[in-house]
Amino acid sequence: MLKIEGLNLKRGGKLIINNVSFEVVDGEIFGILGTNGAGKSSLAYTLMGSAGYQPDSGKIIFNGIDITQKSMDERARLGITLAWQEPARFEGLSILDYVLLGSAQKGYTLAEGYIEQMRLTPSEYRSRQADKTLSGGERKKVELASILAMKPKLAILDEPDSGIDMLSQEAVIHLIREIKGYGGSVILITHDEEVVKIADRSALMCSGLAFKIGGPAEIIDYYKEHCKPCPTKSYPSQENGK
Amino acid sequence: MNDINRDYRMMLEAYQKAEGNPAVFADSKIAHLVVHKNQVVGKHLVPGLEVLPRETPEGVDLSIRVLPGIKIEYPVHLCFGVLPETGTQIINIDAEIGEESRIALLAHCIFPNAVKVRHLMQAKILVKKNGYYSYNEVHFHGESGGIEVVPKAKIILEEGARLETNFQLIKGRVGTLDIDYEVEAGKDSVVEMIAKAYGYGNDKIRIKEKCVLRGEGSRGIIKSRVAVKEEAESEVLSEISAYGPHSRGHVDCVEIMQDKGKARAIPIVEVFHETAKVTHEAAIGSVDKTQLETLMSRGLKQNEAIDLIIKGMLK
Repeated sequence: MLKIEGLNLKRGGKLIINNVSFEVVDGEIFGILGTNGAGKSSLAYTLMGSAGYQPDSGKIIFNGIDITQKSMDERARLGITLAWQEPARFEGLSILDYVLLGSAQKGYTLAEGYIEQMRLTPSEYRSRQADKTLSGGERKKVELASILAMKPKLAILDEPDSGIDMLSQEAVIHLIREIKGYGGSVILITHDEEVVKIADRSALMCSGLAFKIGGPAEIIDYYKEHCKPCPTKSYPSQENGK
Repeated sequence: MNDINRDYRMMLEAYQKAEGNPAVFADSKIAHLVVHKNQVVGKHLVPGLEVLPRETPEGVDLSIRVLPGIKIEYPVHLCFGVLPETGTQIINIDAEIGEESRIALLAHCIFPNAVKVRHLMQAKILVKKNGYYSYNEVHFHGESGGIEVVPKAKIILEEGARLETNFQLIKGRVGTLDIDYEVEAGKDSVVEMIAKAYGYGNDKIRIKEKCVLRGEGSRGIIKSRVAVKEEAESEVLSEISAYGPHSRGHVDCVEIMQDKGKARAIPIVEVFHETAKVTHEAAIGSVDKTQLETLMSRGLKQNEAIDLIIKGMLK
């Protein structure tokens, strides 16, 4: 489904995505685990085609199409979307309008159930706006519901569990399973080793490098041992003698 | 059919074309006043509401009184307009909202064919103790941009009174807009002023709203939402001065500009008592990148996303 080949991105003269290559197959949950500043969100923005995140070299192939030069909306219409770590707020747009933005109704039933599971009532999501009157946690839940409504082929979830209460954490897991359930793929970005346990495979990211790819247990063990906290603040390339 | 009946019918037709519901003018429970140029072409009142119009050479002077303790149940519809391509309409309003009384005015200002039209409004409003006064002014303009809209108001709120104003000019060309509202807020009174405008072509928007929180415990918010594109220009001057102990104020201004538009925001906040507090937030510039990309990541094209953001902001 998604093939990333030798992706490099410099911002402000600094290499923040460093020769990243990996593949995600249909229906796979692919975790990206790393500490703050590792380059995880930058990778998400690069895959989504955000302004200022055009790679300096490398390719992004999605279902056989080279999307490296495609705009963000073109990528979205091909079936890729991103759940933003800190979602924007919109005046004059109801929660329901926001959830249905990219849906064309196809995933609405899934999303409606999901919002209700998030303990927002139908009257709330029809009347309340997706603006700054929502708490951070509520806005995050709405963001995740909108992903489900879109029913994407590939959902990039950037720290989907951050900012929501413990009781709602289960709903994040539910969302990921829903996407996998209809055959979609997920790139799950997190700094929390508990969250990445749901992944089929995972990469460990540090200083822009996705330097270790494997099963979640293996990646989590390495992460706990070497990255929390990072004892040397060294680059993995140096540590691994690459 | 005489001229007044013809003008009344034409005003209602123009109102309907501007997506208004003309049925409100036939409802006996709903008070209304329809003014075309300098003629009162329609009027209906409800008990407790006194409206004395006086026609002048270029407009109408209106005396509006809500008797003490009277709560007008439904919004009173005012319909002002100039239907020909040229003309001047000067509306002077002198309003007194009695103690413990309540009124909501919904003013529709209709200038669908304006090539060179001036619409000037000067209001002097007193809201007495614990009174409530809401004034919504919605404009419907044509596409020529040849209109000058100059609403000015001085409003005094007595103890416990409440004022809500909502000015909207988002349909058709603005032309030249020059709002100047000033409110003096007494003890425990509440002020909420909202202005929204969307300028394009060579439209010029100037919004000046001032709130003086004079009384103890008075509260005020001034909220402005303006978008300009092409070569339109906007200037928003929002001023809150807090004199009363424990008074609270907030200025909230968002201006979005595109193309060669120019946007300027001048928030002025002043505090003259140690227990008073005034805050302000202003965002001015192009469309927020995070908002834009969030919508594009759902598949909206860039121009669709910008349109949705601006429409939402002005909604």
